[in-house]
Amino acid sequence: MPEIRVTPLGAGQDVGRSCILVSIGGKNVMLDCGMHMGFNDDVDDELEIKAYYAGHVLGAAMFQIKVGSESVVYTGDYNMTPDRHLGAAWIDKCRPNLLITESTYATTIRDSKRCRERDFLKKVHEAVERGGKVLIPVFALGRAQELCILLETFWERMNLKAPIYFSTGLTEKANHYYKLFITWTNQKIRKTFVQRNMFEFKHIKAFDRAFADNPGPMVVFATPGMLHAGQSLQIFRKWAGNEKNMVIMPGYCVQGTVGHKILSGQRKLEMEGRQVLEVKMQVEYMSFSAHADAKGIMQLVGQAEPESVLLVHGEAKKMEFLKQKIEQEFRVSCYMPANGETVTLPTSPSIPVGISLGLLKREMAQGLLPDAKKPRLLHGTLIMKDSNFRLVSSEQALKELGLAEHQLRFTCRVHLHDPRKEQETAMRVYSHLKSVLKEHCVQHLPDGSVTVESILIQAAAHSEDPGTKVLLVSWTYQDEELGSHLTSLLKKGLPQAAS
Amino acid sequence: MKLYCLSGHPTLPCNVLKFKSTTIMLDCGLDMTSTLNFLPLPLVQSPRLSNLPGWSLKDGNAFLDKELKECSGHVFVDSVPEFCLPETELIDLSTVDVILISNYHCMMALPYITEHTGFTGTVYATEPTVQIGRLLMEELVNFIERVPKAQSASLWKNKDIQRLLPSPLKDAVEVSTWRRCYTMQEVNSALSKIQLVGYSQKIELFGAVQVTPLSSGYALGSSNWIIQSHYEKVSYVSGSSLLTTHPQPMDQASLKNSDVLVLTGLTQIPTANPDGMVGEFCSNLALTVRNGGNVLVPCYPSGVIYDLLECLYQYIDSAGLSNIPFYFISPVANSSLEFSQIFAEWLCHNKQTKVYLPEPPFPHAELIQTNKLKHYPSLHGDFSSDFRQPCVVFTGHPSLRFGDVVHFMELWGKSSLNTVIFTEPDFSYLEALAPYQPLAMKCIYCPIDTRLNFIQVSKLLKEVQPLHVVCPEQYTQPPPAQSHRMDLMIDCQPPAMSYRRAEVLALPFKRRYEKIEIMPEPPPRPTQPTGGKKRKRASDDIPDCKVLKPLLSGSIPVEQFVQALEKHGFSDIKVEDTAKGHIVLLQEAETLIQIEEDSTHIICDNDEMLRVRLRDLVLKFLQKF
Repeated sequence: MPEIRVTPLGAGQDVGRSCILVSIGGKNVMLDCGMHMGFNDDVDDELEIKAYYAGHVLGAAMFQIKVGSESVVYTGDYNMTPDRHLGAAWIDKCRPNLLITESTYATTIRDSKRCRERDFLKKVHEAVERGGKVLIPVFALGRAQELCILLETFWERMNLKAPIYFSTGLTEKANHYYKLFITWTNQKIRKTFVQRNMFEFKHIKAFDRAFADNPGPMVVFATPGMLHAGQSLQIFRKWAGNEKNMVIMPGYCVQGTVGHKILSGQRKLEMEGRQVLEVKMQVEYMSFSAHADAKGIMQLVGQAEPESVLLVHGEAKKMEFLKQKIEQEFRVSCYMPANGETVTLPTSPSIPVGISLGLLKREMAQGLLPDAKKPRLLHGTLIMKDSNFRLVSSEQALKELGLAEHQLRFTCRVHLHDPRKEQETAMRVYSHLKSVLKEHCVQHLPDGSVTVESILIQAAAHSEDPGTKVLLVSWTYQDEELGSHLTSLLKKGLPQAAS
Repeated sequence: MKLYCLSGHPTLPCNVLKFKSTTIMLDCGLDMTSTLNFLPLPLVQSPRLSNLPGWSLKDGNAFLDKELKECSGHVFVDSVPEFCLPETELIDLSTVDVILISNYHCMMALPYITEHTGFTGTVYATEPTVQIGRLLMEELVNFIERVPKAQSASLWKNKDIQRLLPSPLKDAVEVSTWRRCYTMQEVNSALSKIQLVGYSQKIELFGAVQVTPLSSGYALGSSNWIIQSHYEKVSYVSGSSLLTTHPQPMDQASLKNSDVLVLTGLTQIPTANPDGMVGEFCSNLALTVRNGGNVLVPCYPSGVIYDLLECLYQYIDSAGLSNIPFYFISPVANSSLEFSQIFAEWLCHNKQTKVYLPEPPFPHAELIQTNKLKHYPSLHGDFSSDFRQPCVVFTGHPSLRFGDVVHFMELWGKSSLNTVIFTEPDFSYLEALAPYQPLAMKCIYCPIDTRLNFIQVSKLLKEVQPLHVVCPEQYTQPPPAQSHRMDLMIDCQPPAMSYRRAEVLALPFKRRYEKIEIMPEPPPRPTQPTGGKKRKRASDDIPDCKVLKPLLSGSIPVEQFVQALEKHGFSDIKVEDTAKGHIVLLQEAETLIQIEEDSTHIICDNDEMLRVRLRDLVLKFLQKF
């Protein structure tokens, strides 16, 4: 039985790392490795890959992997709600055998984006108004640009003067990328980019490490996003002690990072060298992460209509909850293998073959129109040649293979009590069959024989008994049913003529 | 399968393919050469043009003098210019299911088709095709609408009057169907019906046909199309190029194994080598400017202009032209320059790698940054204050009938220091210049047409080997002006089928197979009904059909057959040889079996049991089909 096998190597019930091995139709595919731009891609004659827009970061894509009639969709990270610079993920009703979806936010259902944004701006605004410094740890691409656009427009509207900085060097380069890859952003930015490039910021300037000690309010975007190293951590240590300051964590933090610790309420952090850092600054968490939430995941499953779902990325407990929800709502099986654990899915392949139009027309002539949704039985010969399957009529198959047909014919003698002449017997047989077999073509030929379709009946005298006539009923193997039916019918004798 | 040919212009095709109950329009090109019969639309009132004498018949009858004006022996229609639309009567265009667009030049008639024929289908095109196509349409509408010309001449179109006119007006075809330009509203509505596609994307049409765009190498986002079912394949080749310019190279391999290949959009100047033309362009430009003259380049706002700017970028410093201003004037100049930089995935490999640095793929970004190239929406406004001479101006429209180019022709035409260089191949430059005669400025003809020439076509056809080639009739004979050049036509075997405007071709196609899917195991026979409801479903699943007995093949070896009979309890067996085989007699059962090479005949009493036993023994030796 054919099957699809999936083994997560670094994404099973786990966040951050990603590597999944899929075996489908004899091909092994490693998910989460690069691929070039384009749409459908025939990797080899059998393996076909199609990319869909994922809306997670610039250029993020979901992939459909197809071998023959079997297919798997892998979402990678995706986002079902459009934001200020990216569009929403989208997939067609492609009905894959398996949908592998990330489930980082398996149980979260986020409130409206507008509320979150208002909340974010309000908090930043308040902190700046009271003269505090705001640190926003981000990763270089993605959320950073989204929040920059948000702050930029807010600063513009409110005519704010406090400086906004972005980690050195990154802005310019990121801005270049965004400009050249503008076709990957959302509709609005693409439409207006000729007049105004959204990624050219007026208020946001490059950060220098000396600025951190400047007096007065400021907002700084610094990398990395989980406060585990680098510039964001340095600034955090400088500002943590002042309760006027604020740190806003805009995304998920992995366990063990400073980000995770302060989000779980820890206020005393042990730094290297047994130093203890007391966190007095305000700590805020705001999910601006561009991952689909539970609602989004359900939406995608609904769009793609898969036969089964497999969850990767996420924490086991939360994934369990989502798994149940998916199984209940869509009535499909849902899996959540751990790293190294293999899920095997049996598939029922359909075998595409070419049917000769002659055979197809003969089938249609039998009165039954083909119905795409229902199987039907038909007789033909399957020819396999150069991994090419063709279904043809038996006649065509014999012809193509250069074989002669072997005709098998039966002739049965049926004895009838009838003293009349042979011709009259034949006539009686004809009348009888004509009246009994209304659905068949019964003919009386000039030479005195009777035919029912292709079955031939001749009356002959009995060599010994003049009161008996012998009916010779002759048919081919292909007409066996009718032939054998006729002999048993004739064996019962003929009705007495009314005259 | 039929092909309805709605356009007579080989590079601006419009064909409709009927294939497996789908109706597919391939391109909708707009023939704009009709505008050459009209007077130019000046942006600024031109005393010369408005004082041209009216034309009168030989007998002095001047009733047409309001509509027709004479200039240097040529007669022009004094009216808003009109375009020659594709045929709309040959086929009911409301039945068209989809329109496939191959490149932005071949979609200019789209609003006429989608807005005024009852069309309800979908249009497919790549993103650059749509964006740049929009720019071309926007420019066209802008050029025509910003010069409100009240007059719309129609008297001359009367068939009886048209006969009396001088050439080429006398010979203009289908003038009654010529139409004025569409509006921006119609453009927007037409473009909203387009669905974006990517190269190699497979688009299913009603489950019957699959269409796929392929890179054609001619322009940003330009495509050829594959239209195929599981067993038939039609390739539609339109505007393709094998030269290395800015677009992604042409995908030739995917065109292989076509039953029919429709070939349109070959080069319009088969005798000119594009590289040589670019060289001539640069040297003529430099010569004029060095002598203190201005250079006018009538052009479209996208396409070859990108390549020309790239050449000039490399050329201007070495040619000592660093201080000469280059102006690009078009209502869409800015958009065109910006858009060219964001279509990385549609560009050639070299340019694609640049964006990962990240650097703009086209060097005109640097020309703009260093102020060597300036762009303006029109010659009004900022341009008039920045304008310095001598200079080089790129502007439209290449027909010289509308757009800012009309003004520059009037302005610079009187001085022999200036030069107009024609690079676009769509219009005959002599006809384009006719309403400006007499002219003192120099005219240089450097047509740059990167589309396939006949040598490349013949190589391509050998490579992809289609069973049949279909092409416009112009390609099956040498050009009229070079009738001895037998090399300037398509040469293939079997000879290409040719079409002309308003013709319907039956394509040589024999469909022999259709795709079905079979299940790995036969479905279960309907079992004994257990309940009313279930029974119904069982018979629903497998419709009743007559089960056919297989055909048989092979032959019966007599000796082995007799052994088998004995093994199954028959005795008293006698075998007789006949001319063609054997007769096996079962004397006891009064049965006779005639065995020949290709037939077996069992003659017995009416004993069904006996007959079936014998049958099964015979079948053991035969193969079933």
